[in-house]
Amino acid sequence: MASRYDRAITVFSPDGHLFQVEYAQEAVKKGSTAVGIRGTNIVVLGVEKKSVAKLQDERTVRKICALDDHVCMAFAGLTADARVVINRARVECQSHKLTVEDPVTVEYITRFIATLKQKYTQSNGRRPFGISALIVGFDDDGIPRLYQTDPSGTYHAWKANAIGRSAKTVREFLEKNYTEDAIANDNEAIKLAIRALLEMFSAKEIELQVTEIEKEKEEAEKKKSKKNA
Amino acid sequence: MALQDVCKWQAPETWGPSTHLPQAGDWAIPQGCNLQTFLQMHGPRLAHGTTTLAFRFRHGVIAAADTRSSCGSYVACPSSCKVIPVHQHLLGTTSGTSADCVTWYRVLQRELRLRELREGQLPSVASAAKLLSVMMSRYRGLDLCVATALCGWDRSGPALFYVYSDGTHLQGDIFSVGSGSPYAYGVLDRNYHYDMTIQEAYALARCAVAHATHRDAYSGGSVDLFHVRESGWEYVSRNDACVLYMELQKLPEPEPEGKASQAHPESVIPHRAGECGKLSSEPGEVSAEDSRMPAKTETL
Repeated sequence: MASRYDRAITVFSPDGHLFQVEYAQEAVKKGSTAVGIRGTNIVVLGVEKKSVAKLQDERTVRKICALDDHVCMAFAGLTADARVVINRARVECQSHKLTVEDPVTVEYITRFIATLKQKYTQSNGRRPFGISALIVGFDDDGIPRLYQTDPSGTYHAWKANAIGRSAKTVREFLEKNYTEDAIANDNEAIKLAIRALLEMFSAKEIELQVTEIEKEKEEAEKKKSKKNA
Repeated sequence: MALQDVCKWQAPETWGPSTHLPQAGDWAIPQGCNLQTFLQMHGPRLAHGTTTLAFRFRHGVIAAADTRSSCGSYVACPSSCKVIPVHQHLLGTTSGTSADCVTWYRVLQRELRLRELREGQLPSVASAAKLLSVMMSRYRGLDLCVATALCGWDRSGPALFYVYSDGTHLQGDIFSVGSGSPYAYGVLDRNYHYDMTIQEAYALARCAVAHATHRDAYSGGSVDLFHVRESGWEYVSRNDACVLYMELQKLPEPEPEGKASQAHPESVIPHRAGECGKLSSEPGEVSAEDSRMPAKTETL
C-alpha cells in the first residue's frame, strides 16, 4: 500500500525535537558563507565564492539572486533547494503586484518564504528545504531591511547576520564591530562586510554585491558587482 | 421501467436531490429558460437612478451624492446615504443596486481589515479597487450592478478609482456615476482644477449634484458631501437639493438682504472669510454666500 510510505518525514522526537529540521540546519552549515549588513541607507550582501572546477563556467554560479526590482536574497545550503524557493518567491512577487497593485514589502516576501519552508516541515512525504536565506531590500519608505530565514520556517529581522560555514565566527566578528561608526556611510558598510568575510577567507574568494539606494530617483536598489583585488 | 415506457414518460436528466431547488448561489428559473432573458423580463426591478460624484484635488478627495433611492417611478427612500465608509481613509460612493453595493462593501471592509492585520498597514486605494473589481468580476453575467467610486488617501496621496461590477477599475481625477452623471459632469468639467481650495471644492461638488438633481428625475432629496483628508474622512454636510439649487440660481448679491434670506448655517464647514467658490461664470463676482450653503436637513 502506498500509504505506508506516505507518512510525514518530519515527526517529533520524544524530547520535542524535529530532527529532520535540525539535520537540514546541519546541511546549511556546510554551505558557503553569506553575510548581510544593514546600513543607514544601504544593505550589503557578501558571499563566499566557492572555488569552481577548472572547466566549469564560473559565471553560472550565482549565489545572490534578485527576487524583484527592490528585493534580493542570498542563501546558504543546498543550491537545488534554493532554486526552487527562489522561483516560488519570484512568482509570488509578481502575483502580489497583480492582485494588490503594489510591490511586495521585504517582510511580506520573507514571510512567504518562511511559510513555504514551514509547510514542508509539516507535509506528507516531504523533507524540509536545506537552505537559510538572507533577504534584503527596501520598501516604499526607503528604509533598508535585512531578514534571515532558516529551514524550520522562522524569520527574524537583523542588523547584520551571517549564514553558512563559519557563520558563528563571522557573527561574533560582526557583534564586536557593528557600530554606528561602522555603518556611518555606504562605503563603511561595504568595508565592514568585506572585513567580516576576510576574517575567514582569502580575498579572491569574495564576490561582493552591493545594493544601494538612490533617493533622488526613488529607486529601490542598484546592484553592483565588485571583484576585490 | 415498464410503466415509464407505457406512459411514454421521460425521466428528467438530472439526478440527485430535488431538482426544483436551485444550486447554491444560482437563480431559480423554470427549466429551459435562458437566465438573462428571464431576468430581464421577470426579474426584480433594480434601482439605478442616482447622482454620485467624486473628484481628487490637492487637499484630498471630495465625494458627493444625492439621497434619493428610486425603484422605477417610486421613491423608496428620499434620504438614503449613498456614500459608504470602508475604513478611516476610504469611502465609496455607490450607484446601481443598493443591496449589491452594501453587501459588496461589507465584504470589501472585511477583506481590507484582514489585509491590514496581516501586513501591518492599510492597503492602498489601488489595492482596494483591484480587490473589489476582482471579487465582483467572478459574478459577471449574473446581473450584479455596482458602480462605485472609491475615494481615499493612502501613501501616494489622494486617490480615486472607479469600479464597476463587470470588473472595470479605472483610476482618474473626476468620476460621476448614475443617471444624473451627465449633468454633473458638465458642471464639474467647467470648474474643476487640481489646485482648488477646499471651499471651492465643496461648492463645486454641491453645485454639480444640485444641477443634476434638478434635471434628472431619479436624483433628488438632499446632497451629501464628504471629504477625505490625510487624517481620514469627514462628513461635511447634507443640504436639501431644491433649496441648494434655488440658492445657486439667485444672482450673487453682496447686500445684507441677500444674506438674510438664508437660513442659519448648520453645516460643519469651517468658514473662511473671503474664501469662496466661483460657481457662475460672471467674472469678478465673488460672493460670500457661496461658501455658506444653508444646511437644512432633508424632508419628505
